[in-house]
Amino acid sequence: MTDYSEILKQERNAAWRAELRNAVPNKDRINIERVHMTEAEPHERIKSQTCEVNKGLTPDQARREASRCMDCVNPTCIEGCPVSINIPKFVKYIEAGHFLDAAATLKEFSALPAVCGRVCPQEKQCEAKCFYTQKMKKDPVAIGYLERFAADYERESGKIQVPKVEKRNGVKVAAIGSGPASLSFAGDMIKFGYDVTVFEALHEIGGVLKYGIPEFRLPNSIVDVELDNLRQMGVNFEKNFVVGRTASFEDLKELGYKAFFIGSGAGLPNFMNIPGENLNGVMSSNEYLTRVNLMYANQSDSDTPVLRGKCVAVVGGGNTAMDAVRTSKRLGAERSIIIYRRSRDEMPARLEEIKHAEEESIEFMNLANPIEYLPNAEGRVAKVRLQRMKLGEPDASGRRKPVPIEGDIVEIDIDLAIVAIGVSPNPLIPACLAGLKMSKWGTIEVNEQTMQSSIPEVFAGGDIVRGGATVILAMGDGRRAAASMHDYLKNRHNL
Amino acid sequence: MNKIVEKQRLSELVFKFVVEAPMIAKSRKPGNFVILRVGTKGERIPLTIVDSDLEKGTITLIVQNVGASSGKLCALEAGDCITDLVGPLGKATHIHKPGTILAMGGGVGIAPLYPIVEAFKKAGNRVITVLAARNKDLLILEKEMREYSDEVIIMTDDGSYGRKGLITDGAEEVIKREKVDECIAIGPAIMMKFAALLTKKYNIPTQVSLNTIMVDGTGMCGACRVTVNGETKFTCVDGPEFNAHQIDFDEMLQRLRAYKNEEDQARKK
Ligand SMILES: Cc1cc2nc3c(=O)[nH]c(=O)nc-3n(C[C@H](O)[C@H](O)[C@H](O)COP(=O)(O)OP(=O)(O)OC[C@H]3O[C@@H](n4cnc5c(N)ncnc54)[C@H](O)[C@@H]3O)c2cc1C
Ligand SMILES: Cc1cc2nc3c(=O)[nH]c(=O)nc-3n(C[C@H](O)[C@H](O)[C@H](O)COP(=O)(O)OP(=O)(O)OC[C@H]3O[C@@H](n4cnc5c(N)ncnc54)[C@H](O)[C@@H]3O)c2cc1C
Ligand code: SF4
Ligand code: SF4
Ligand code: FES
Repeated sequence: MTDYSEILKQERNAAWRAELRNAVPNKDRINIERVHMTEAEPHERIKSQTCEVNKGLTPDQARREASRCMDCVNPTCIEGCPVSINIPKFVKYIEAGHFLDAAATLKEFSALPAVCGRVCPQEKQCEAKCFYTQKMKKDPVAIGYLERFAADYERESGKIQVPKVEKRNGVKVAAIGSGPASLSFAGDMIKFGYDVTVFEALHEIGGVLKYGIPEFRLPNSIVDVELDNLRQMGVNFEKNFVVGRTASFEDLKELGYKAFFIGSGAGLPNFMNIPGENLNGVMSSNEYLTRVNLMYANQSDSDTPVLRGKCVAVVGGGNTAMDAVRTSKRLGAERSIIIYRRSRDEMPARLEEIKHAEEESIEFMNLANPIEYLPNAEGRVAKVRLQRMKLGEPDASGRRKPVPIEGDIVEIDIDLAIVAIGVSPNPLIPACLAGLKMSKWGTIEVNEQTMQSSIPEVFAGGDIVRGGATVILAMGDGRRAAASMHDYLKNRHNL
Repeated sequence: MNKIVEKQRLSELVFKFVVEAPMIAKSRKPGNFVILRVGTKGERIPLTIVDSDLEKGTITLIVQNVGASSGKLCALEAGDCITDLVGPLGKATHIHKPGTILAMGGGVGIAPLYPIVEAFKKAGNRVITVLAARNKDLLILEKEMREYSDEVIIMTDDGSYGRKGLITDGAEEVIKREKVDECIAIGPAIMMKFAALLTKKYNIPTQVSLNTIMVDGTGMCGACRVTVNGETKFTCVDGPEFNAHQIDFDEMLQRLRAYKNEEDQARKK
């Protein structure tokens, strides 16, 4: 096998790439300013849960932004991408105006480019490793925006290519859960020729892409197009099916399934176990976001209720916290406050989400940590007591550890508190698969290269292995698991 | 989509549904429940699996019309389909043979109690069942309960059937009369609270099946959390049955009112 850097080199030497490179001198490329994403106005967008904030690039904007990329000899940007997308190739296709080729390039590496272009933490991944960031201290090429542009262009052109699939080989495999890990696994396995069924516990396919990430960041219609694609390729979806309960692994084996991919996610919400946390009006971000994003509780014709606070506190500093706090604003809160125990610099959320939250007049109470919720006369939450913190020495993760400032305690009036301090792996599957090796954090242990678990016919990936990560990492896992499951099954079934 | 093959009215507000669900019929155990949804904007509501028929591939649900979502289900007829149905969820009842079981069922709680009574009886226990309802018309499953109980005592609030009084009155008589090894109580939260207080007084191990508010039913949201022995538990995955003497019922009663205003509005719609 030729190694990837060789392939990259060969492709870079293609005549059209060389021509493009020579068309504009690098010193001119460097002088172009990074494109600004057109955004819905903050005061407009907070009126609707479904109004997407980022409007996308026009073809002109995209080509101009793509022309900033210098098509580096050593494209370090690729090192920053967990699935090693050939970034300069797709970017140069955009510069050349061959948008569908750009989309096709993305699809070679990523099953969900329209999703990743929107939700990847680019500033920590590909864009962090761009030559502009690393060597020139300038704004990186807007790789995420360009990825989204190419994928959106393909979708809107109505020319989505349904990838070719091999002839059915009659071997049945199952994916458990329907988040990005399972979806990308299913996409590859169906291409290899397997009979693939994706089992999902909820009544919607998509995992966190549907029930977690709100539509103002990732419209459901975009996920639906990807799902349709998979359906057209022949993937079978079974919703309302909890593997381990509706049917056991043994039952599925009896039904002919030869191997399993577990992508059941990290769905269990963590609480802080502080007094008052079970009061009415205190809930997990999962509950809040599920009620709104999966059950449409914000719409008047939905039967599911949701509490609409006037003054909402959201505890945490990750993407989930940002999604919850911005949702509360859209549901009419007068004050929506992030309470985070470290400072803005340590926030794990995507930079863009923090910026958007700030524009939407979300208040940030950093260096504060809840220690108790206090009720009103009806037993609903009315106040949260906060311990003020300061940053001490760096901890094991390298982040400076928050330490309480003794005696510095404040109370604020709230009528809704949303706890978004992380999730744990769902224990349902491990509990019903004897012999499955688990870590002490409750994640499934796998061989990192093959994603194979301690049970040979069981593979796993995504948050159930990583304990809360990103869409692109989950997707990469799904693809690696598909490749190695294919190897594993090939020999056994003479494929 | 799951087809309703049979619908029967059991009392003014209580209906029985037999629903096609072959996989669930096969894997369900006493104590398990399903979550279902009527309509594409419907709410996910939990209902206990009362019975199943392996040959026909059906499960039986018994539902009381108490609000908007249960009302939508009760409006469906045989031949209609339930939009979404998932299960079996929750831990199954621990069925064993301690000797004498005192089973208490109040209101629609009699429905989830029924498969448990059946299982305890089949495991060889002596089963004494106390059933309670506001009045005669609201009492359900009496005949079925008699089939698997050594004795059935019926209590009504107004004395229109059986004896007049609360479920705990009937239960206490039994406890005073003979040795009871274990109790199980299912009904409105307030009834379970008083049943727990009663059996605690006599030191009899007691299980209750909690009907907290739920959304997903798979441990994902925490809407169903209760305090058991000072620890937060999720009813849908850690329960729904718990040791009655360890539950913070006052907190649970409070949490059942979390969406009171929203529910009242939904009923008016
Ligand atoms: C609110 C929120 C915002 C986020 N924002 C971002 C972001 O901006 N960028 C980013 O990269 N990442 C983000 N993440 C993280 C990202 O969504 C996850 O890392 C990713 O979705 C994990 O994918 P997965 O395939 O492992 O599982 P999930 O997406 O969690 O899906 C798992 C699915 O499995 C189902 N399931 C579980 N058990 C069973 C069973 N026994 N049988 C059948 N089905 C089962 C679940 O119902 C669920 O639908 C966010 C997460 C949340 C919650
Ligand atoms: C494990 C379990 C098993 C159950 N088994 C049965 C059964 O066999 N038969 C039966 O009739 N009922 C059963 N219930 C109760 C049933 O789920 C509720 O009566 C129903 O959800 C009420 O919805 P509603 O919209 O009609 O009423 P609403 O007007 O919304 O509410 C009426 C009351 O029901 C409770 N409730 C509301 N929403 C929910 C929800 N999503 N989940 C749970 N409770 C809610 C609230 O305490 C409320 O006060 C069970 C509940 C649980 C948790
Ligand atoms: S998938 Fe994510 S990390 Fe990779 S290039 Fe695209 S935006 Fe960057
Ligand atoms: S490092 Fe930046 S400039 Fe270089 S190829 Fe990658 S995106 Fe283009
Ligand atoms: S119902 Fe969501 S965790 Fe129990």
